[in-house]
Amino acid sequence: MSDLFLAEDRKKLEPIRKGYGRGLLEAGKRWDNVVALCADLTESTQMHLFAEAFPKRYVEVGVAEQNLVTVGSGLAAMGKIPFVSSYAAFSPGRNWEQIRTTICLNDQPVKIIGSHAGLYTGADGATHQMLEDIALMRVLPNMVVIAPGDSVEAQKATLAMASDKRPNYMRVAREATPIITTDKTPFEIGKAYVFREGSDVTLISTGTMTYPALEAAELLEKDGVSAEVVHVPTIKPLDGATIIKSVEKTKHVVTVEEAQIIGGLGGAVAELLGENLPTHMTRVGMKDRFGESGKPDELLKHFGLSSAHIAMAVHHLMLDHANHKH
Amino acid sequence: MSKEQKGRSIHELEKIANDIRLDLVKMLEQAGSGHSAGPLGLADIFTALYFNLLKHDPDNPDWPERDILVLSNGHCVPIRYATMAQAGYFDKIELKTLREFGSRLQGHPERKKLPGMETTSGPLGSGLSQAAGMALGLRMDNAQHRWVYVVLSDGEQDEGNTWEAAMLASKYKLNNIIAITDRNNIQIDGPTESVMPLENLRDKWEAFGWHVIEIDGNNIEAVIDACNMAKAIVEKPVMIIAHTIPGKGVSFMEYDFHWHGMPPNHEQAVKALKELRTLGGKIRSEHE
Repeated sequence: MSDLFLAEDRKKLEPIRKGYGRGLLEAGKRWDNVVALCADLTESTQMHLFAEAFPKRYVEVGVAEQNLVTVGSGLAAMGKIPFVSSYAAFSPGRNWEQIRTTICLNDQPVKIIGSHAGLYTGADGATHQMLEDIALMRVLPNMVVIAPGDSVEAQKATLAMASDKRPNYMRVAREATPIITTDKTPFEIGKAYVFREGSDVTLISTGTMTYPALEAAELLEKDGVSAEVVHVPTIKPLDGATIIKSVEKTKHVVTVEEAQIIGGLGGAVAELLGENLPTHMTRVGMKDRFGESGKPDELLKHFGLSSAHIAMAVHHLMLDHANHKH
Repeated sequence: MSKEQKGRSIHELEKIANDIRLDLVKMLEQAGSGHSAGPLGLADIFTALYFNLLKHDPDNPDWPERDILVLSNGHCVPIRYATMAQAGYFDKIELKTLREFGSRLQGHPERKKLPGMETTSGPLGSGLSQAAGMALGLRMDNAQHRWVYVVLSDGEQDEGNTWEAAMLASKYKLNNIIAITDRNNIQIDGPTESVMPLENLRDKWEAFGWHVIEIDGNNIEAVIDACNMAKAIVEKPVMIIAHTIPGKGVSFMEYDFHWHGMPPNHEQAVKALKELRTLGGKIRSEHE
């Protein structure tokens, strides 16, 4: 898609969280009321850039995630735009009720960043590989849920969040992933983007899984299957119009995410299509299981999330659909 | 304090607190659900806050120069509603809608429903940390002349979130917070010391780096003095442990944890109102 200015190759790697760190620093420069809070993970959540530039606007709360978000709520009540970061397993993993009451129901524009989300957390194992964050945040009224596809998009998403009036959640990954967009690629909260056009199947992906989805589309092309790839960096509010438009054309859907399919992107798309355009679909993602230690690529293979697995899921879906027709 | 609230005598404030208790009993009876003991016990503290201590403007609840009051134990919100109505935030007739469908007076307070309600609360243990965030925000803006008052229950100090906030406020020397613990010694399942002992509560707060003042929380003058003293403590945040009598003013509710989460029925309300009007039989009621 030439108007999306995607990267010409996808050889450059960078952790998505680094884009958040740069975006936060930039947001701090642009807006005086942007403040940041961390729970003893300043550098690994990439907040050190902001902390060094704006020490008076930086609050270290210690290992206390319930306090992290509620202090954030109080700062927002005084007109600040607080970015609060920890690992996703702890925030929003541990402090969901505080987020629900003091941020969502209370409607304060706190920006919650869950770093080290998904299998890309790798060696740390199941305790730290947060796979339920999308589901947890998606059910909350007022909450916006964002999962950028690379570090460049994460930087833009961070700036967009800083000027969004709602509570926001953004998940970012630990290990380096390919950069698939450029500075010119558009990003708007609530918009999905067709990263590749196709006619036989729609791959709907979010976060780190858009890269393998694009790879899968290339594999499928060799097999004579034309796959459209819709990148969904905002899971809530979901860009139903873009998704439905694509699915009306392809009539087959495979969702791809590095999170639980129950309540995740797969759940969200199934809800959308179930009510508006019932379609044969397969959800690729974590299927009601926990992760384990390993390198990210080992884990993606083990749990059926590699590009080859995605391509296989498409073949199975299309075969099943063809059989149903007879 | 707003202009018209200056210079009220303690006697006048006590009269106001009694009026607020009368409204409380009526609204709880009308609602048919809600908490009686805590709000009655807090009437003197809320009177001191709204009619002497707080810088606020009932006609302009969002006044940028106002002091902030956070109610952490949201279930005690009937006392805040009754006091706000008494102070002129809204007509007292609205108190009758407590907990009703469509009412601004939700069962637990919601910022978005009622102007002047600084935050949404109910789930316990998160008020002090929000107050700490507010105090930090005011400090960042060099607006420390605005005070952040926060009222906590004693039972909610079972929650770890409270102590996370205690550490943070102490670390950042948040001397623009004035916290008040409603030490009424009851919670839903019984006396605090049998449900989950809090004592020695004073030692706990001091160990967390707070300056502690202990007072009779049903003595309006003591509440005012303690808060004013708190403003002069610059090195530490201040926790006022206000010993209150749950159900204060209604003899059959006093000290009884069963009244924590229960409203009076009609008969009990009549009896309670009579007691309050006669100040426990000390004077003849004009309403008999």
